[in-house]
Amino acid sequence: MEHDVASTEREAGAPGAPPEPAKPAPMTVGVVAVGLHGVTKRFGEDVIAVRNMDLEVRDGEFFSLLGPSGCGKTTTLRIIAGLDYPTDGSVQIYGEEMGLKPPNKRPVNTVFQSYALFPHMNVEDNVSFGLRMQNVDQAEVRRRTGEAIDLVRLSGMEKRRPNALSGGEQQRVALARALVNQPKVLLLDEPLGALDLKLRQAMQLELKDIQHEVGISFVYVTHDQEEALTMSDRIGVMNEGELVQVGRSEDIYESPANLFVAGFVGDMVFLPGEIAATGAVRLKGGEIVQARTTAAPGTSITLAIRPEMLDLYGERSEAPSGRNAVAGTVTRRIFLGESLYYKIDIGASGVFDVRVENVPSAKRWAVGDAVIVDFHLEAATAFAE
Amino acid sequence: MTMLDQRPDSQQEAANPELERRAERRESWRGFFHAVPAYAYLIAFFVLPLIIVFVFSFASRGRTGRPILDNWNLDAWTKLTEPLVSTIVGRSLFVAALNTVLCLIIGYAFAYWIATRPKQSTRTLLLILVLIPFWSNFLVRTYAWRILLDSDGYITQIGEFTGLWGRMLFTLPAVFLGLLYGFLPFMVLPLYAAIERIDWSLVEAGRDLYASGTRAFLKITLPLSRPGIIAGSILVFIPSLGAYVTPDILGGAKTTLLGNFIVTQFGAARNWPFGSALSGAILIVMVLTTILYFRSGARTL
Repeated sequence: MEHDVASTEREAGAPGAPPEPAKPAPMTVGVVAVGLHGVTKRFGEDVIAVRNMDLEVRDGEFFSLLGPSGCGKTTTLRIIAGLDYPTDGSVQIYGEEMGLKPPNKRPVNTVFQSYALFPHMNVEDNVSFGLRMQNVDQAEVRRRTGEAIDLVRLSGMEKRRPNALSGGEQQRVALARALVNQPKVLLLDEPLGALDLKLRQAMQLELKDIQHEVGISFVYVTHDQEEALTMSDRIGVMNEGELVQVGRSEDIYESPANLFVAGFVGDMVFLPGEIAATGAVRLKGGEIVQARTTAAPGTSITLAIRPEMLDLYGERSEAPSGRNAVAGTVTRRIFLGESLYYKIDIGASGVFDVRVENVPSAKRWAVGDAVIVDFHLEAATAFAE
Repeated sequence: MTMLDQRPDSQQEAANPELERRAERRESWRGFFHAVPAYAYLIAFFVLPLIIVFVFSFASRGRTGRPILDNWNLDAWTKLTEPLVSTIVGRSLFVAALNTVLCLIIGYAFAYWIATRPKQSTRTLLLILVLIPFWSNFLVRTYAWRILLDSDGYITQIGEFTGLWGRMLFTLPAVFLGLLYGFLPFMVLPLYAAIERIDWSLVEAGRDLYASGTRAFLKITLPLSRPGIIAGSILVFIPSLGAYVTPDILGGAKTTLLGNFIVTQFGAARNWPFGSALSGAILIVMVLTTILYFRSGARTL
């Protein structure tokens, strides 16, 4: 797997030694692969699955739609695929208006959440299904099917039925079955959801490699924020049918647009308070800390800080100057292996969750220790309620 | 998903194969004791009468037509090759086959329609409607058809008014109508069960993979409903082949089917050995075809 990591890193930086002119560099040009404009989807009278959504997925991009279950991300994917039609708004794929085109007339393919492999066909027939339905001639069907099966490393399993395959193998068949058609955009609906953790991590890297190799846009639906952060060029965070924020992994994690994104992506410590002066927050217990904010003085806010941005010190004097420092008591310690997790009670102000990397230099604290919680001024963001 | 469940799981392998085998044997004995009453019932009321029928087919016929359990011979069996028999067998096979096909076409459309109703309560209601005719006796319902098809019956009146058909009673079409009516539920129910179980995301996957609505139906829905097609076809074909009540009440002299022919042998013709031989022959043919049908179905499922 080390090789895989290397190749994904290379993609982000300068191109490797032999330049390949055939493959367009992703994200450099603004060609829109999938465009949604004012898309709304209602089910019945009062259920709004997707609300007035504008989205542009760029050519060659790995785009993730991230959100809790029921947020409308799968519906959005189905609208792109043509399995559902929007109540309002329009969908374009490479500039072409989709309108009421049925799924079989759209240049996209889907990897379904439960894979939806045809149980009455073997691997080969599953993979070649799309080509046969397009009436591609037999010799080419055979060649391309073989290539697709090779791409997902399933050679030798052509004659097996889906129920004789493991979850990971079924997942690869679903992928090959979609990719063999050389779609302009590949839609993936939580394709790794049914796999165990180790396999999921391996498949994340593999999917990313395959995307790099075939060079098409992937629209990837997931509720797993870690998966989205790992794989995506850009992420669109959805909540209750609305697209809340679109950006690169770093943007989403480091500058969440609102409290929902802050809480949904990554761990976050939330503390209630109010703006005391410009850039200063008064916590419930009276402590004043500096934070990033645009809210006016007097506004009630929620202060959000990443647990890994917090440092612990025994004395106020040990902490570096020019940073925020709040005194508290250790009430809980959880050993997580690569890190230690502390709960620090800061009285009326609330509770800090602190994650300290488990390195030899890190001091370990015991329950009952009095500590100083220390964090950079930029690490805390105050969101108006 | 069930696909995942069927994955061979190494953890379930028994640590001690001998213990496992003994437990299995004990389990199978217990199962046998539970089944004793059922076996006894089947032997007394199913196997024994069948044996009696077979024995009688080798008996001889007395001068008054009384079967004599003596002078064992194959006369009754050789009589099966007579042209009258093959005419009746041919007609019966034709009627049973055509009725099965008609039931399949109409039943599939209906079962598909019920299975795709979005609300569970609607589906239940429609299924109950399919079953309601069973609440009254089959014979009574067939007589009702006789009234409908007779000279002054509604169906005849409609036919005469439109000029499309006349009185159908005592003709082959009347027998078909009766059989179709009688056996359609046996086709609809297994088809409904099979279609309702289909994972619709498979059809969506087919549409996503460039299949038109029709091709998705032919390549995905239809093959996946195969268990229902097989079960329904057997449930309709076999009783249609041996149908007695419907052709007897709605058919005429020229529409004698196997069932009626056999009844005649035990009644008016007073030829019990021949009737027994006919019954035995049909039974053998049906068992063989059913086995073949299931085998072919099981392999391609």
